[in-house]
Amino acid sequence: MDTYLNHLLFGIYPYIALATLVVGSIIRFDREPYSWRSGSSQLLRRKQLMWGSVLFHVGVLFVLFGHIVGLLVPIWIFDSFAIKHEWKQALAVFGGGFAGTLAFIGATLLLHRRLFDARIRANSSFSDTGIIFLLWLQLAIGLATVPISLGHMDGEQMVRFMAWANGIFTFNPTASLWLDGSHWIFRVHIFLGLTIFLLFPFTRLVHMLSAPVRYLWRGGYQIVRSRKDLSHG
Amino acid sequence: MKIRAQIGKVLNLDKCIGCHTCSVTCKNVWTSREGMEYAWFNNVETKPGIGYPKDWENQKRWKGGWERVPGGSIRPRMGGKWRVLAKIFANPDLPEIDDYYEPFTFDYAHLQQAGESKAFPTARARSLISGKRMEKIEWGPNWEEILGGEFSKRSEDYNFEGVQKEIYGQFENTFMMYLPRLCEHCLNPTCVAACPSGAIYKREEDGIVLIDQEACRGWRMCVSGCPYKKIYYNWKSGKSEKCTFCYPRIEAGQPTVCSETCVGRIRYLGVMLYDADRIEEAASAENVEDLYQAQLDIFLDPNDPEVIEQARKDGVPEAWLEAARHSPVWKMAMEWKVAFPLHPEYRTLPMVWYVPPLSPINAAANAGQISVNNNMPDIRSLRIPLKYLANLLTAGDEEPIAVCLERMLAMRGYMRAKSIDGVHNESIATDVGLTGAQIEEMYKIMALADYEDRFVIPTGHREDAEDMFEERGSCGFSFGNGCSGGSSKTNLFATQTRKKLQTPTEVF
Repeated sequence: MDTYLNHLLFGIYPYIALATLVVGSIIRFDREPYSWRSGSSQLLRRKQLMWGSVLFHVGVLFVLFGHIVGLLVPIWIFDSFAIKHEWKQALAVFGGGFAGTLAFIGATLLLHRRLFDARIRANSSFSDTGIIFLLWLQLAIGLATVPISLGHMDGEQMVRFMAWANGIFTFNPTASLWLDGSHWIFRVHIFLGLTIFLLFPFTRLVHMLSAPVRYLWRGGYQIVRSRKDLSHG
Repeated sequence: MKIRAQIGKVLNLDKCIGCHTCSVTCKNVWTSREGMEYAWFNNVETKPGIGYPKDWENQKRWKGGWERVPGGSIRPRMGGKWRVLAKIFANPDLPEIDDYYEPFTFDYAHLQQAGESKAFPTARARSLISGKRMEKIEWGPNWEEILGGEFSKRSEDYNFEGVQKEIYGQFENTFMMYLPRLCEHCLNPTCVAACPSGAIYKREEDGIVLIDQEACRGWRMCVSGCPYKKIYYNWKSGKSEKCTFCYPRIEAGQPTVCSETCVGRIRYLGVMLYDADRIEEAASAENVEDLYQAQLDIFLDPNDPEVIEQARKDGVPEAWLEAARHSPVWKMAMEWKVAFPLHPEYRTLPMVWYVPPLSPINAAANAGQISVNNNMPDIRSLRIPLKYLANLLTAGDEEPIAVCLERMLAMRGYMRAKSIDGVHNESIATDVGLTGAQIEEMYKIMALADYEDRFVIPTGHREDAEDMFEERGSCGFSFGNGCSGGSSKTNLFATQTRKKLQTPTEVF
């Protein structure tokens, strides 16, 4: 690939996408809190959602955390625990492949439901349909990288991706060079992933920032709001 | 002891005529919007029937309310916190919109636009969700109106538990009553407990339970948590909404819209003082039959000097204490014991109470001997089975319902004797454990039901809590997003700009 284009897409575009993700989400949270929601359509149609949503979410959460840990943790940390690159890649390919398959089945069900169920279709915005399609496509491409990875299980290519991701987050101007020579399908996967980051604040995806884990240690069950708490003094 | 005040409510079912004025005025004010067409913050059901949404009282199916676990503590029936979160991707306990009904409109435009034809043009139904034609409308918010539908289906009614229900399917023995329902503004609300976002809260000053529309993320656990199914998921905005107890009106000292417009004058609003420290204890009573008494036990006498002193310390305003002493809710629930909580077995300690209805003497008793006491028939010969009312209002304990119905009959007997025969028959009152003076007061409040006797609402005290100067120029009530009304003209983030105005018929 042309070095200029490579640098544009994998050296500069990540910063545009990540900056939009962060700034866009903050602005939306601050300015449009009423629009910040999961956008569940379960009330309108239960069918296909029970399986689709559970498979999709469980699979995609595993894949997401796998990518975060796998790409952003520097390789020397794995080395210091004496985790061989081959092992790490095997975990990524088989664990990720399994979770990705679950998520892909779920996304297929959800996409089918969104496009072909009259109720859901009539109440889908462009961004609702668009983002589930992009996620479905991204999962498909992600799964398509599995056979290619199986062709080189030494982990060398994987370490290059890690170096790239580390490079982006450490503002290394030559980070994009790490992707030179990788299979095109990996690069499509990365580009689409960055695009999903870019679109994140404009879609329902923002609900993942509100994952209600705090509920687990919220004291007791009842919430009472007092006017006195709101008092300005 | 921590004393809090709440505006409680009583509905006198003995006088409800099932006119639905409450439902319609409520809908016009609060829910005639896209996404909420199917929602009725106030609805009136004909009982016996499975209600709206279908079968809502069946908590084995919907998992609403609380359950007592071995060890004596309570947790939401849908599960503890981990279980609730596990349901977040797909909630198995959530009703589908068809359990309420698919909202629809009619093709009114066709009546004007149809070409010349032999047959009259018709306005056919169209779904407000998918926009598609609906060939047959199969369910609605009040499908069982005046005993509509077969008895076999209506008899699925949960309140028939322990009642030999077959005979009530016969025309001669049938019975019916109306049950207007709204959010109970519980002391121990399960919706609050089940909300993962912490968006639902109870207001300390008046007990109203509200959903913070900006904090709600649409996880929809509250819909399952509420055993009365009085939280509605707005499928357009992706937020849950519920009865607000018309809090802007309550704060101004006005009754809720449903109460104000009730033509039968069956609705009462008044202050109740209760001990907030004992809520959990009351909700955890071992036997469900004890829950009614447990809730009575945490209400505090507004005339007790000790209570008054403590209430002042806990910040209850003087006007509220004064209102509590004239509360019609206190009189009906505590003094005369004629009002009861709806399904206390859900352990939510509801604050909208009901006076059970009297009914005509049943055919069987009519034909044979009726036991008569002081010219009053035995309440067991009334058409509505005592057990049915008990299942509805006291978790199956018939005794309090029997006392209540006897007192209501005694009120009639006493006043008939007084106004027709000109006799003060004190024995009618003492037979049911009241005095003549009490019965006269009952008559004034429950039968005459003057506006100022029904609604004793102190105004809110915003000035205590907020610097009103900082509120200048702010908007009043809005659906989140400050004053923007929820839709942004710039449409930067996934909110739809609405280009064309919708006519009320399109919305409704």
